[in-house]
Amino acid sequence: MTVSTAVDRGTRPASPLSQATRKGYLRYLVPGVLGFLVVVLVPFVMNVAISFTSWSGIGTPSFTGLDNYQRLVRDQMFWSAFAHSIWFIVAMAVIPTALGLVLAAVLFDYIEPRFGQRVSSALRAGFYLPQVLPVAVAGIVWSWILNPYGALNTVLQKLGIADPPNWLGDTSWALPAVMAVLVWMQLGYGLVIFMAGMARIDPQLHEAAELDGASWLTRFRHITIPQMRPETFVVLLTTTIAALKVFGPVYVLTKGGPGDATNVPSYYSYTNFFGTLQVGYGAAIATALTVVVIALSVVFIKLQSKSEGAQ
Amino acid sequence: MALTTEVDTTATVTRPGRRKLRPSPGADRAASRLRHQRGITRWVLLTLLAVATLATLFPFAMAAINAIKTVEDYTAHGPLGLPRSFDLTAIKDFWQNVDYTNKLLNSILISASVAVLGTVISVLNAYAIGIGRIKARNALLVLLLLATTIPQEALIYPLYYLAKAVGLYDTKLVVIIISAVLSSAFGTYLLASVLSAFPSEILEAARIDGAGRWQVLRHVVVPVIRPTLMVLMTFFFIWTWNDFFLPLIMLVSNGNQTVSVALGSLQGQYTSSPTSLAAASLMGILPAVVFFLIFQRTLTRGAVAGAVK
Repeated sequence: MTVSTAVDRGTRPASPLSQATRKGYLRYLVPGVLGFLVVVLVPFVMNVAISFTSWSGIGTPSFTGLDNYQRLVRDQMFWSAFAHSIWFIVAMAVIPTALGLVLAAVLFDYIEPRFGQRVSSALRAGFYLPQVLPVAVAGIVWSWILNPYGALNTVLQKLGIADPPNWLGDTSWALPAVMAVLVWMQLGYGLVIFMAGMARIDPQLHEAAELDGASWLTRFRHITIPQMRPETFVVLLTTTIAALKVFGPVYVLTKGGPGDATNVPSYYSYTNFFGTLQVGYGAAIATALTVVVIALSVVFIKLQSKSEGAQ
Repeated sequence: MALTTEVDTTATVTRPGRRKLRPSPGADRAASRLRHQRGITRWVLLTLLAVATLATLFPFAMAAINAIKTVEDYTAHGPLGLPRSFDLTAIKDFWQNVDYTNKLLNSILISASVAVLGTVISVLNAYAIGIGRIKARNALLVLLLLATTIPQEALIYPLYYLAKAVGLYDTKLVVIIISAVLSSAFGTYLLASVLSAFPSEILEAARIDGAGRWQVLRHVVVPVIRPTLMVLMTFFFIWTWNDFFLPLIMLVSNGNQTVSVALGSLQGQYTSSPTSLAAASLMGILPAVVFFLIFQRTLTRGAVAGAVK
């Protein structure tokens, strides 16, 4: 959305290209459009079509109309998977955005003026490092730390907790444990974006407020948060979408278990596709997930342009 | 002035649960000036942040110190003890068992190909949209935006089926093509906005000199936006390196697997051998950390470019 406006505002309307010249550029789209058709559009339409059938992946799919969707609405497993998605949004979007904003402000306008940019950059790099780790690698590191005899429980035993839980193997602890790993992974993303955004704020705003005796907290609430609104929107949107789509961490840490304690829609569709071979049902789950993701993006973007218009 | 600030900061940031002390403003200011001069507050805050950073890095440290222990050392002193031995057996065993050289080469080949192919597609698209200003450009951009939001789960089964039908299943090529096209959606989006602001005088001058569209692209546009293209390539490389879902489904045979898939499917195999698991973790962490150090500037700048364009 942002880009389309940028394109319209392009600095070059001085010499509008003629119709014929414009057409000459179309051939440059051939590889992109072809790729898009084969990799995105055709598979997406096929997936929607498959969702109206019963199919094991072999032979001919048999058309069953809305059966899969009716089953979906009544499926406890599906709803609990979506409920877990909400917890994943908390862990991947809400907490990292809030914590990232506070941390960025502390690093940017408290630590940096007092200890220099080197210190604040080093701290930022430390928090960002988990972001560059492949999900699969982060997964095995953590599954090893969280295992019943792993590093975390060793620490806890040293602290006098005699019987620490089996984090990933216990129905009531698995979800919070996975959430903690996700916070660890995501924190750096918001932090980096917010710190870059803060460099954009006019320092005079803060200076004037300081002269008026505004405390750090007051300045944070009345200057930093409002000024960081565009960044906050982008971070919340991208991380919320990522949380709804999350697959890797679940696959490597818990495989959706124990039971279905950490099952999420993407993992649930995967097990239907490649585990139980209920391809039609898997396609219905994936389609439902797509609808939710796109609806949410549209709502977010609408909200953003509304709040931009209001200012 | 700013001095009032200091007290507030620590009170809220360091112990959110406790009641804040709120002495009268004058006393508050005096006290904080004193603290500021002694620098207590800022050192407390710095220490807390340093501890938090170390906690973030704890898993990396755990993998590193346990990967080089002997099994006996591990059993005797647990995961937290510093290594009393220096032993590369676990790393060697892991390397041979999963044929890690092969996995690294596969990952490098796939990621580098996606970086190049994805960037080429992005440049071509963006050239038509940003400079050619073709008619349906806004519709195209919205379509690309949608493509980036569609979950891969909603594409994967048909892709898997089609790949099997045309004999590309379990080849690196199919992963390269799919990843390049998916990445180019973001690349087009980014470059279109860069190119729509491309200085028209340069383009005009090239056209007057008789340069065709292709020559303008190759000899004028690409050299000018080269730094942005490097950022894009770095991005695509790292994304593909880290990608898990697509290679997990498409690359089943051992000889084709990437680092991510090889490590992701290790889990459960090695639970009885903590040092092997630590060795595997360390081998997975190292390339990522190397990329991070090499590309740190590009990456952080790119993350920002991607977010606030």
